[in-house]
Formats: sequence, structure tokens, C-alpha cells
Amino acid sequence: MLQERYQLAYKLYPYERSADQDQDTPVRHPVVVLGGGPIGVATALDLGRQGIPVLVLDDHEGVGMGSRAICFAKRALEIADRYGCGKPMLDKGVVWNLGKVFHKEEKVFEFNLLPEEGHEFPAFINLQQPYFEQFMIERVRDLQKDGVPIEIRGGNRVDSVTVKDDHIVLEIMTPEGPYKLEADWLIGCDGASSPLRNMLGYDFTGKVFQDSFLIADIRMKADFPTERWFWFEPTHGSGASTLLHKQPDDIWRVDFQIGWDVDRKEEMKEENIRRRLDAFLGDSVQYDMVWSSIYTFQCKRMEQFRHGRVIFAGDAAHQVSPFGARGANSGMQDVDNLGWKLGMVIKGQAPETLLDSYNTERIHGADENILNSTRSTDFITPKSDVSKVLRNAVLQLSKDYEFARPLVNSGRLSLPCTYDGSPLNSADALGGPARTRPGSPCPDAPLGDTFLLPMLGNEFTLLTINADAPDTLEESGVQVKRVALSASDDKTGALKERYLGDNDSAVYLIRPDQHVAARRPSFDETHFRAAIRRATGQE
Amino acid sequence: MAFLNTKPNIDRPDDFYAELLSAHDGLNSDESQDYNTRLLLILANHVGDRDVLSQALAAASQKRE
Ligand SMILES: Cc1cc2nc3c(=O)[nH]c(=O)nc-3n(C[C@H](O)[C@H](O)[C@H](O)COP(=O)(O)OP(=O)(O)OC[C@H]3O[C@@H](n4cnc5c(N)ncnc54)[C@H](O)[C@@H]3O)c2cc1C
Repeated sequence: MLQERYQLAYKLYPYERSADQDQDTPVRHPVVVLGGGPIGVATALDLGRQGIPVLVLDDHEGVGMGSRAICFAKRALEIADRYGCGKPMLDKGVVWNLGKVFHKEEKVFEFNLLPEEGHEFPAFINLQQPYFEQFMIERVRDLQKDGVPIEIRGGNRVDSVTVKDDHIVLEIMTPEGPYKLEADWLIGCDGASSPLRNMLGYDFTGKVFQDSFLIADIRMKADFPTERWFWFEPTHGSGASTLLHKQPDDIWRVDFQIGWDVDRKEEMKEENIRRRLDAFLGDSVQYDMVWSSIYTFQCKRMEQFRHGRVIFAGDAAHQVSPFGARGANSGMQDVDNLGWKLGMVIKGQAPETLLDSYNTERIHGADENILNSTRSTDFITPKSDVSKVLRNAVLQLSKDYEFARPLVNSGRLSLPCTYDGSPLNSADALGGPARTRPGSPCPDAPLGDTFLLPMLGNEFTLLTINADAPDTLEESGVQVKRVALSASDDKTGALKERYLGDNDSAVYLIRPDQHVAARRPSFDETHFRAAIRRATGQE
Repeated sequence: MAFLNTKPNIDRPDDFYAELLSAHDGLNSDESQDYNTRLLLILANHVGDRDVLSQALAAASQKRE
């Protein structure tokens, strides 16, 4: 009845019989999340912490084996930290700053990422995806003890859905047979091949790249430096390009570009993987194989992420090639965006149309990610003669001339997108720094012993810098609290640089997902009340 | 916005042309293509201005607007 589609790394939510299975009429849940991958579990954390009962269904009983994502960017970590599980990720993860680029037999240049100071979280960490998921599920378990209404049911496969006017009916298969449930809202986080999308007949279109990569995670005690190596056209014959990355626990990720017409079974044989690894690392290096897989890559998305009461997030809604690490990272931003909006709609604090802004803003985000990851893919795996000539000219020049180095694209760091043009933004009345214009994710800043982002929290906030405002404000059912800062809190000047620019003071209206909704030099009640209505879809 | 200079701007044009040609001496057509591409990137960086580069890209395609 229930078949494992993949091997588990950790069994974290074993099947248990639910009382729902013994009811004569299907039990209704406010929110059902289909899929207990990173994005489904994050959705549960976001909603559960708002006090909204949420049920996660997954056909497996835990986290899949094999690492897949290894690069988690600052924004995803900041979101996880808001949910209470960012610190363990940071403690476990590997931080690197030095990258080396090789072409043919030689190193062409190296770069230091020189991260900007004054952020609690680094630009990104390397961490195996199963750890990322495990830390989130541990957080769920802690919150459950405090009565936070999250439930995860493993061994629950959703086989069919029927969409009604005001709810959805789900048919679920378990090891003990089928049962039915109803949901007011259904969130599809069931991954890139989303059965939900297929059941409902929604398209998933875009570009498939005619190439494939072989990944090997190996354990190596050797004293290899914590650097990222990207090797274009290595002459040692390991592949058309090769990438080496460090992960925690002495594990290294090696990616080999192996072409499109490959015999997968043959390539996956240990002796063949070892042949490539030995060619790359040299014969004398000892290692154990931990996990390997072959992946092809594509950039695709759904035309709409919201279909009434069915909403898609994560890989189910959009898929990118892995270069630039935008898969899980952008899925976390989907959750961040959707969580507070759905919460307000369910609590009756905002009209249902607020959810359409999830669609607009996250499609904007997905398109930006697809654009970036397509460009990296085109550089790494040039598909025409001329694109290869250009690519190689850039690489050749980058050895001697600094100017060519920024053109080398072996994956661009995943940065959160600014929701320019979003219907929730109010016009910029400050003219402050561009990076904090309305629609921007708030950049962190150090404030003595603490940082800015944890102070902003999960609610609508008025951030005042050298400015007056009421300590709380209520508008159309939305509660806004004030966070008051002044020049004396800003020992490093980062707050001024990031939020004031040439202005002496500023007042920011910040959304629960820590994106800027409005900003002005001082508090003006009429304008900010209008901005709150606008940011909650009430204007 | 800066504009692409399409008026004569190279001093002693015959000398320049000869120098350009001789740079390809002894190169086969693949090597010549590689050379031209490197040259293009070096010059493009020197220009730098994105508007001018876009105008140059359009001018080189020889499609008349
Ligand atoms: C090689 C590789 C490298 C990557 N590197 C990175 C990286 O460095 N950084 C990054 O951010 N991203 C990376 N990604 C992408 C990242 O792995 C995905 O974006 C991420 O896993 C998506 O999470 P998700 O929760 O949307 O989907 P998934 O992780 O696919 O989870 C979907 C869940 O739904 C469940 N499910 C499916 N169907 C049903 C059903 N009918 N009933 C019940 N449950 C169901 C599945 O069991 C699964 O648990 C990489 C991907 C690959 C392949």
C-alpha cells in the first residue's frame, strides 16, 4: 500500500494511528500542509507559532537520506532563527570565505567573499539538508511541549483531493488503510514532482537543461582547506566541470558535470565514481563514499502559486537548477511571505485577497531566482559553440586581468528579493538607502549586545530611529508595536548606513516577514494608518 | 545617457587596421575567434558604460531600426 520512494536518514515522525481515522465523518482542519520536507515543516512552524492549528502529512516517516541542499543563505537562516532554530544550524554549519577558480590545468584566480560586518548570521553556511530539516523538526517537538498546535503525521500519503467552495477533501492512505480529512486551506509543499499539482492538473513549465551532474558526498580526514573549488574543463578527466565544497562532519561534496547522454547505471557504479574522484583528488587521498546521486536540472514554475484555498510553496511551485543554491533558500522565503498573510486571513484580520499578494510577490521572487540560476547554468554548461568560446575567453582573461573575474559565474549567492512594485508597498517618502526601500528585506544591524532583526520579531512593527511615535498603534484590526532606537544604540554606524543614509531620522513600517512596507523621515499618523491598511490588503 | 561614438575616432586608421590584422598572424580560425573574443571583452570593459555597450551591441548586429 505505502511504498518508500526514498531511503530515510532519520525516522522523525513514525506513523501513529490518529483518532481522525476512526471518525464516521471526515474531521475538518483549518490548515493541512501536504509534504513534510523543509518547506512544509517551516510552514507548520510559522503558522503554529501564530496559534493556528496546522497538520502536516507526509508519506514517509522522516527525513530523506542524502544531502541535496548544502548551501543555506543568510535570509533562510534569519527566518529559521525567527522560528527558533537558526542557532543550532549556525553552530553545526561550515562557514567559508575563500573560493578558488580553476580552468584546465591551473588555478586562474581566488576570491575572498569578505562578508559585510554587522550581521548576526553569515552570508551562508554549508550544512547537509537532513540536518537543516532535523533542527526544524526538533523545534516543532519543543513547541509542541508548550502546546503549540502543530501535528506531523508520517506514513500518510495524500492520494486524491477534491476542491469544494469553502474547503478541500483529502483522501489519505496509511499503513492501516485509507481515511478522509477536510481542510479549510491546503498548502502544497510536496516537492518538485508535486502529486498535488498533477492531481489538480496545473502546468509546470520552463527550461530543462541538457546536461547532468554526478554528486558524491565523501568523508575525508585529509587536511583539505575549507574552500570552495570550482574547476572548469579539468584536464584530469573527472568531468566537464567539477565543484568541491566542505560540509560538517568531514564530509565533502563533489559535483561532476558528466553530460546528457550518459548511462546512469554505469556512472553510479562505485568503481566509476571512484575513478572520477581519484582523477580529481589524486590517487593518494583516502576517502569513504557516503552518498551519491545523479541529477539533471531545470528551471520551471507554476503560472500561479495560489489557486483559491490551495496554495503552493517551495519546489512544488518553482524549481531552479542548484547553481546559486536557490531551491530551499527561496522556499523558506515563500513560507516567510505566506505565513503571516494566511494567519491574518484565518484570524479575520485581513481580507482573503491579501493572499493574492503572496502570488505576486513570490512569483517575482521565483522569476528572479530562475533568471539568476539560468545565467549560472549557461556559464557552467555552455550549450552553443559561441557561448563556450565566450565563457572560455572570460576564464582565460580572469587569470591575468581582474576585470574579467566578476564575469565568471559559477553560481551567484542567493539573496532575498526586494518586492519592488508590490501592491503592499507605500511610496518611498524617505529617499534613504536603496537597500531598505519599500519591499526590501530588512538588513540586520548590530545594537550593542544584540541585533536588529530579533527585535523586529514576527508582528507589524514601527521602527523609529531618532524619531517619536506612539508605542502601539491599532488600525483596522492590525496591532503595531514600536521599536524605538536612537543614535546612541548605533555604536558601529551600521544602522545609519543601512536605514538613514543622509537623513537624521526615519520611521519604518515593517511587516511580520521583516520586509519594509513604508518609510518616512518622521511619524505621520494619517500616512502610517494608510500604509498599514495597504500592507494588509485593505486599501 | 552616454552615446556611442560612431564618428571616425581612430588616429592613423590604416596603421590600426594593419596591427589588428597582424595580431591574427599564424592563428587558425578557432584561435582567431578566441582572440577576437578576448579582445572584445577587454575593449568592452574599457568602455564600461552599459548604455554605450548596449548601443554598440545593437550597432554591430547591422539590423537597421
Ligand atoms: C543536488 C541538489 C543540490 C541542491 N542544493 C541546494 C542548495 O545548496 N541550497 C538550496 O537552498 N537548495 C538546494 N537544492 C534544492 C532543495 O533540495 C529543495 O529546494 C528543497 O528540498 C525543497 O523543499 P520542499 O519542502 O519544497 O520539497 P521536498 O524536499 O521535495 O519535500 C517534499 C515532501 O513531500 C512529500 N510528499 C510528496 N508527495 C506526497 C504525497 N502524495 N503525500 C504525502 N507526502 C508527499 C515527500 O515525501 C517530501 O517529504 C538542491 C537540490 C538538489 C537536487
